[in-house]
Amino acid sequence: MTDTPNDGAPRRSLLTPRGWAVFLAFGFALVVVLPILNRVVVTGSFTHVPDYLIPLIGKYCTYAMLALAMDLIWGYAGILSLGQGAFFALGGYCMGMYLMRQIGDRGVYKNAQLPDFMVFLNWKELPWYWHGFDMFWFAAIMVVLVPGALALIVGWLTFRSRVTGVYLSIITQAMTFALLLAFFRNNMGFGGNNGLTDFKDILGFPIQAQSTRVGLLIASAIGLGATYLICRWIVNSKLGRVLLAVRDAESRVRFLGYSVTGAKLFVFVVAAMLSGIAGALYVPQVGIINPGEFSPAASIEIALWVAVGGRGTLAGAVIGAFLVNIAKTWLTGAAPEIWLFFLGLLFIVVTLLLPRGVVGLVADQRERWRARQAARQAQAAEAAT
Amino acid sequence: MSAAQSENGRTTTPRRAETLLYLDGVSVSFDGFKALNELSLVIDRGELRTVIGPNGAGKTTMMDVITGKTRPDEGTVIYGADTDLTRLDESAIANLGIGRKFQKPTVFENLTVFENLELAARDSRGIFRTLLAKLSGTDLARIDETLATTGLVEHRHRQAGALSHGQKQWLEIGMLLIHEPQILLLDEPVAGMTDHETEQTAQLIRRLTGKHTLVVVEHDMQFVRDLGARVTVLHEGSVLAEGSIDHVQAHPRVIEVYLGR
Ligand SMILES: Nc1ncnc2c1ncn2[C@@H]1O[C@H](COP(=O)(O)OP(=O)(O)OP(=O)(O)O)[C@@H](O)[C@H]1O
Ligand SMILES: [Mg+2]
Repeated sequence: MTDTPNDGAPRRSLLTPRGWAVFLAFGFALVVVLPILNRVVVTGSFTHVPDYLIPLIGKYCTYAMLALAMDLIWGYAGILSLGQGAFFALGGYCMGMYLMRQIGDRGVYKNAQLPDFMVFLNWKELPWYWHGFDMFWFAAIMVVLVPGALALIVGWLTFRSRVTGVYLSIITQAMTFALLLAFFRNNMGFGGNNGLTDFKDILGFPIQAQSTRVGLLIASAIGLGATYLICRWIVNSKLGRVLLAVRDAESRVRFLGYSVTGAKLFVFVVAAMLSGIAGALYVPQVGIINPGEFSPAASIEIALWVAVGGRGTLAGAVIGAFLVNIAKTWLTGAAPEIWLFFLGLLFIVVTLLLPRGVVGLVADQRERWRARQAARQAQAAEAAT
Repeated sequence: MSAAQSENGRTTTPRRAETLLYLDGVSVSFDGFKALNELSLVIDRGELRTVIGPNGAGKTTMMDVITGKTRPDEGTVIYGADTDLTRLDESAIANLGIGRKFQKPTVFENLTVFENLELAARDSRGIFRTLLAKLSGTDLARIDETLATTGLVEHRHRQAGALSHGQKQWLEIGMLLIHEPQILLLDEPVAGMTDHETEQTAQLIRRLTGKHTLVVVEHDMQFVRDLGARVTVLHEGSVLAEGSIDHVQAHPRVIEVYLGR
């Protein structure tokens, strides 16, 4: 035999030392620094973080979770699902139902048994599928179970019949569009086009209170961190290598005896569950969930975040989600009519000029800089002789 | 035992070599055109056999029949003592220890050489098993051994996509070897290779003889000569001549077929 045996397998700790440093610094900033700068530092001080930023950054964190799930299926397994928004929205609705039940008799109609919109529709009793949502633990289970079950069914039907590429994208778009139409209907029992809103409290904490919002930001940041580690763990495993292989040469993987359907189904369901959790964290921070979250365009935007950041890197998904949404917040405030053009432009720029996204661009620049450094050193050495 | 085989560690079994693969009167036709015409062929265990023949002679179709990709209209393919391969499907045949390399190299370009071999290794294919899989010592040893056999040791952590054409072919052979197949079918393994790579491939194949039974289809005459093994000439779907390279090259019908085109 040749080398020493422990040189064999490439060592794969979850993150590199530098990766852990960045991970912990990012987490520390979100979980400790931001809350202190908002809650402890006095208003008006130069370092004070204004209240409105807290739920905004919390929202970005949930988007970043959604982007990570997207990267897991698209960047690694090559599944370009354009329906990930549906899983996010379903998780959001599950949380929204819990929050609606927490309102109790504090609604406009003072009805302890029924949410306002049901009273308005003249409904007499709670539909069966609303039962249990007054309990947080039940809602929390549904947040992962409902998106996971939908992904299992849709994924099984499509992957089993070897639907790939653009056909899969179309099917997932159709899925989210169908849900959009369904949730728009009043008689579905999810509040029609107004959705679910006017929440009062979550786990007993007033939802509007700044301290609750800080708590939700911390929860979202932890959720983002956990999602990152879960995704990293999956892509570092042997299954992660199977996924990459599926992305590049699906039939060859099948030939080696792996279940391509099973591998795809696994990540698709995991991604849907993670998206559901993201949606559940999103809803209390924005205070509303409505069918708009199911819109096909929203799901396409998720793919764009990942493309901007650089797919197949995980970190790129997080960076992309933050960058595009910061730009969106700023643009929709400064010049709302430009946003859609900007989105279209971004699509073209990323496709044509940045196929590996921001992460790829940075990596290339660093590579070039290193090469130039090396050349300069060689030149200097030559001049010295 | 025939002279061609005696150099490879099988001298301990002095009895006559047993037959591993026996094609008996195999015919395949596509829309009336007979790609294989009552082809009969015997391959001994541990043998290295080269198969040559002009374009369209039926060489690839023969491999398709052995591996279950194509079902013959007539004839049987007996593997080992009494297994009729024509009744089995592709994966069952692969599991019997029959490995095949296609003409076009298909390695996983975005994985390293090591990772390619790791995926090919004979482990559980279950989803959750792969999620929790840890490389065992025996796997590692097998991968190391395969890297050494295929001459890819120093490329172990390189991306497969960055390998040369020849190296990709060797990696693919390695991905088959890791299963320790009984018989390896190689379809034009040196097509598109540089002379140097062709030479190295010949060395690799010679290293494998004895440990595995090999059937190599090739057009490159120099390569076939380098292998120095028994040659079967196919023409219009059946065997035209068989014997040493010098014997078949001197065969008047073979000369006619090759020059007549
Ligand atoms: N699936 C198919 N349908 C129709 N004709 C086929 C099919 N497969 C092979 N043939 C024909 O059968 C004949 C034998 O083909 P085969 O691929 O076995 O030849 P070969 O000896 O491998 O040739 P080459 O040296 O070009 O690879 C050819 O004339 C080919 O056109
Ligand atoms: Mg051929």
